[in-house]
Amino acid sequence: MDKLKFAFYWGASCGGCEVAVLDIDERVLEVLQIGDIVFWPVAMDTKYKDVEAMPDKSIDVSFFNGSVRNDESEHIAKLLRQKSKFMIAFGSCAHEGCIPGLANLHDRESIFKKVYKESVSTVNPNGVTPQTHYHVPEGEIHIPAFHDTVKTLDQVVDVDYSIPGCPPNPDIIVAAIDALASTVDEKFAGIMTVNGYKIETLPPKGAVLAPNRAQCFECPLKKEDKRIDKIYRVYEKIPEPGKCLLDQGIICMGPATRMGCHTQCMNAGMPCTGCQGPVDQAEELGASMMTALTSNIGLDDEKESDYDPNKFIEQIKDPIGTFYMYSLPASILKRKVMKK
Amino acid sequence: MSEEPRIGVYVCNCGINISATVDVEEVAKYAGALPNVIVSKAYIYMCSDPGQELIKQDIQKHKLNRVVVASCSPRMHEPTFRAAVEEVGVNKYLYEHVNIREHVSWVHANEPEKATEKAKDLLRMAIAKVRLDESLETRTVSVIPKSLVIGGGITGMQAALDLADRGFETFLVEKEPSIGGRVAQLSVLSPTVEEARPMLKKIMDRVATHPKINLMTYSDVVEVSGYIGNFEVKVKHRPRHVKNNNVSAKCVEVCPVEVPSEFDAGLASRKAIYTPFEDSIPSLYVIDDETCIKCGKCVDTCPEGTIDLDEQASEETINVGTIIVATGGGVFDAKNKPELGFGKYPNVINNLQLERLTDKAGPTKGKLLRPSDNKIPQKIAFIQCVGARDPDVGNPWCSRFCCQAMLGQVKSITEEYPKTQLFVFHKDIRAFSNLGEELYREVRGTGQVVFVRTPEINDIDEDPETGNLIVKATDEMLQMPMEAEVDMVVLSNALAPPQDAEELARLLVIARSPDGFFLELHPKLSPLDTPTVGIYIAGVAQGPKDITDSIAQARGAASRAAVPMAQGEVELEAYLAVVDPDLCSGCRICEHVCPYNAPEIKEREDGTLYSEVSEALCKGCGVCVAACPSGAITMLHFKDDQLMSEIEALLTG
Repeated sequence: MDKLKFAFYWGASCGGCEVAVLDIDERVLEVLQIGDIVFWPVAMDTKYKDVEAMPDKSIDVSFFNGSVRNDESEHIAKLLRQKSKFMIAFGSCAHEGCIPGLANLHDRESIFKKVYKESVSTVNPNGVTPQTHYHVPEGEIHIPAFHDTVKTLDQVVDVDYSIPGCPPNPDIIVAAIDALASTVDEKFAGIMTVNGYKIETLPPKGAVLAPNRAQCFECPLKKEDKRIDKIYRVYEKIPEPGKCLLDQGIICMGPATRMGCHTQCMNAGMPCTGCQGPVDQAEELGASMMTALTSNIGLDDEKESDYDPNKFIEQIKDPIGTFYMYSLPASILKRKVMKK
Repeated sequence: MSEEPRIGVYVCNCGINISATVDVEEVAKYAGALPNVIVSKAYIYMCSDPGQELIKQDIQKHKLNRVVVASCSPRMHEPTFRAAVEEVGVNKYLYEHVNIREHVSWVHANEPEKATEKAKDLLRMAIAKVRLDESLETRTVSVIPKSLVIGGGITGMQAALDLADRGFETFLVEKEPSIGGRVAQLSVLSPTVEEARPMLKKIMDRVATHPKINLMTYSDVVEVSGYIGNFEVKVKHRPRHVKNNNVSAKCVEVCPVEVPSEFDAGLASRKAIYTPFEDSIPSLYVIDDETCIKCGKCVDTCPEGTIDLDEQASEETINVGTIIVATGGGVFDAKNKPELGFGKYPNVINNLQLERLTDKAGPTKGKLLRPSDNKIPQKIAFIQCVGARDPDVGNPWCSRFCCQAMLGQVKSITEEYPKTQLFVFHKDIRAFSNLGEELYREVRGTGQVVFVRTPEINDIDEDPETGNLIVKATDEMLQMPMEAEVDMVVLSNALAPPQDAEELARLLVIARSPDGFFLELHPKLSPLDTPTVGIYIAGVAQGPKDITDSIAQARGAASRAAVPMAQGEVELEAYLAVVDPDLCSGCRICEHVCPYNAPEIKEREDGTLYSEVSEALCKGCGVCVAACPSGAITMLHFKDDQLMSEIEALLTG
């Protein structure tokens, strides 16, 4: 074997993950020493039938970003799984569903109604909504069917590893490529310049390729007292620099969120919103953070006889958007119950 | 990987308590077919010796390594079966207990089929969990054979004496300048109607001279850390400013400050330099910082070196194995019931003031004189339940001591002043203690006392010319409004929760009941224990009570505190929260949620933080485990996979 074969694909995503691949900067040259890219729709003109023609397991690593919410994504997910030795859920959408996953609070019908008929910027006098088949003079066009439910990649195919983040931090991407490549063939060890988050040996299948600890571990902000007596939204308070945001009443998902991004948000004075997902031993990110937070708000007030917990609960605006911004499809909740 | 589970399942008939409703044979048969279950039997009384023997024999015969018993509440017999399996070498944490009596047969007696199904569900869950249970070691900690008693009233003194008599060194901390507490203010004890002072003096003298009692008056407990066997307590000694006994009457006379005497319930005044009462212990003067104006006159008058106005508070740390809280209580402030006129009309006094007026060492030398004109009152009305049995003022409880105290006061007044007529306005007379009812009968027989049962006093008005009072109430027996003009009114004020209870509860991590008194662990089975092992409560701190009950509790609490100290070490439950430092991110979420202050935030060499839960402080409540957002804290015996297995077993049965 001379070089490894890599594939990249995007499902329901914003494109940020594609850019994140380039964010590894000059290290992309090191990647090219290790492998060739055989499939990358955003950058190369490769047809699906070319992939279909490849022998099974002939691709070494497929990096799949985006969640799965239509027939096309599902088809390619299954195809790449069949053709690849390693199937990687790349980025938060593939890993946990991410922002597109919030569509699970609705269903196809209500989304189509809003987007194609009711939104103020829409002009659609005939009320046309996407169809799966459409006749044009040249013949019939097949358009992928839109699903009611946004799924994570591992809800559709067998996934070997996940790389977290929205998008993944370049150092996490490099560390993952380094570990995957050197596992396939030792000769690829040492080529990649790994700046932190180095993976010594590839963990068991199914693992998330980032340290199994929460953000606070590497957060530079000083943590002092978690007794929170008031919750502020980001725009309501200029935080004191250098101090833990959660200590100051700004909901920071850091305590529940896996590290591996060099705490970029907190470095910029913004709270963690949880894109890296939970750690291994706390599967439910949103619930974990809710219990953590509610255990600490009003600790002093609850000693009073007229204590009213609603006072605090009302301060948490948009709980799903706060606690499940990235992880609704991957959570126990998964989606809003569909009316049959 | 631990050995393959070999589970024995036993379903108890409990005579017919369970088997009359639940088909126990069917349940045993069902459990026998579940994975890893080697034997499954139903038996008439599992807790009996033959029942326990059955388990032990099966363990040996079938090499069982896990056991499940479905019977009554685990409160009842979990310890029984844990001990039984441990006798034959199975760790007691590889045992699961299922309650199919209180939770099944007794509550579903009319639905036997559904009850049987529920018993199967519960058993299936326990079997799923016991498969994943792990052996745990119980922990032992050594116990310092010293005790701290907080509060130097009758309860605290008695508790300290009992502990000291058993040979344990005891620290007695009292916030006032003298020990003695509330009882020191009383003149007559009920129902025996004897003088209070001699009895109290005997106890106080013993406390003062006992070689094993270390008395700390004018002192406060300001910090408590540690756990049973090893409490570290910081005691703050407030400055007395008086160094020795060379204070003469002249030293006191020159003091220009005059404030109402707390001891005489405001009926007399004292100086800023004072002794609380005649036989105070220690018999030292004190200058109280709150009223002293630091004029220095006493310094000039007293022999040199007697007074030190610059003396500062000092702190002392003591290490003890157990703590008894005997802080007593406060007294209801009758100003909260303005219709009674307390604080407005001079001749409306409270029960404590009456004690002072009838005490030979009191401001009137024991002569019962009414405050407005120092005349002996010819007619006196007692009003009972002031601030007790009164939900309107937030005090629904019975204050318990006041009916009998009133009867004692009434009796001594009738003996001393045979011409005085007395009225008692009451909700009920509750004279339940030994000889209490006899006293009630005796007082009624004097013919000097009119008892009026009334739900409440409507109003008390003063005749401004005579200072007499008109009590207006509804006689509940006659269903008629009535009025009585009297010379003096005595309000039987209820005991109230101690004023500093909240702070002390926080320091000691003990609970308070909704009424504000300290809360016992269990109202019947553990009336002197608190949720914090090694800390006990006694006397009025726990709820209103009379001297008899206070003494009984004091001696009980001393007895409870002596147990771990006599044993030298205590065994703690093995389930507790454990932090995995490799998973902990040091977010500090767990730090303040713990009611027992068990998590401690530590720093690694690289400056990162992590939490460590103190084994000895942890009670295994699981709050931090739930709060930890990164799953770094595990609850032994209730691990996530163990609990999830139960839920799965329930949902997939």
